[in-house]
Amino acid sequence: MNGFLSFFRKRPTANLARERLQILLSHERASAGQEGLVNTLREEILAVIAKHIHVNRDQVQVKVERHGEASILEIDVTMPVHRMTLPT
Amino acid sequence: MAKVVVVTSGKGGVGKTTSTAALGAALAQSGERVVVVDFDVGLRNLDLIMGAERRVVFDLINVIQGDAKLTQALIRDKRLENLMLLPASQTRDKDALTGEGVARVIAELRESFDWVLCDSPAGIERGALLAMHHADIAVVVTNPEVSSVRDSDRIIGMLDSTTERAERGERIEKHLLLTRYDPARAQRGDMLSVEDVLEILSIPLLGIIPESQEVLRASNVGSPVTLNAPVSAPARAYSDAVRRLRGEIVEMTIPSDKIGLVARLFGRRVA
Repeated sequence: MNGFLSFFRKRPTANLARERLQILLSHERASAGQEGLVNTLREEILAVIAKHIHVNRDQVQVKVERHGEASILEIDVTMPVHRMTLPT
Repeated sequence: MAKVVVVTSGKGGVGKTTSTAALGAALAQSGERVVVVDFDVGLRNLDLIMGAERRVVFDLINVIQGDAKLTQALIRDKRLENLMLLPASQTRDKDALTGEGVARVIAELRESFDWVLCDSPAGIERGALLAMHHADIAVVVTNPEVSSVRDSDRIIGMLDSTTERAERGERIEKHLLLTRYDPARAQRGDMLSVEDVLEILSIPLLGIIPESQEVLRASNVGSPVTLNAPVSAPARAYSDAVRRLRGEIVEMTIPSDKIGLVARLFGRRVA
């Protein structure tokens, strides 16, 4: 009888909502924190580079990539070949 | 000491304005000097929910730009003399809301009121950030629904990082106000339960406002639900929330308008 009734009854959905939120938010919280870190790193790295080389902001790329347990910090600086002189 | 409260949510349509009006009126009823401030520039609605839409002469932007004094822009509630409204402007120029101007208005309001309730616009743009910037307390309005919970989580992150208190290294008090809650649906497993939402957002609970027809009825006539139908379930839930805001310890219940069979026989409401 129970089996017969449950055939017609819709399955509860709140559990699925909670699980989806928990997974999504654990990702979003981690990336929100990382966004702040990347911004700070970019600004400070730019300041250091600017002491020695003339570069535009868009010539410095700072990225953090997550690979499982570890993260890789990638800094990509495009340097002008002919003008590697100290700013005056 | 005046307390500045931001009523915020991230997502639109979850009940920020309804809650600002209901909490503001209930606070005023308990004898506090209250001002409710609409920060939704371009889409103001707190005036309409409070039933003061025809009495708006000057607004927040006029005060910020120096075209009107604060006392000229404040509208006194017709039902409660210690409840005031500072309306937002309907201009589309949101840039008129400056950080410096808002700081000045909030500082001035702190001197004349016990509670300053800021009704935040939806979203995470400038208006929402300015509404929360000076807050001592945040009321995060959330529906038991995935998109609302996600957006509340985002707003909680911003409260902890972009507000004046956060910048000073202080803590901003955050409270969850769960609105449009249906205990029967949660019981059946078809709606996120109070426990689910609390577990996900992990901020203390200020109140549970049950889904109720009285909320729409109150907005139809332009009266906060706490004044329009004071014994209704949502009004009792808002009144309890206000007592908790004022520091009282009140047992957490979900008021109900439903009349059970036994109670009906005895002519009583089930609390």
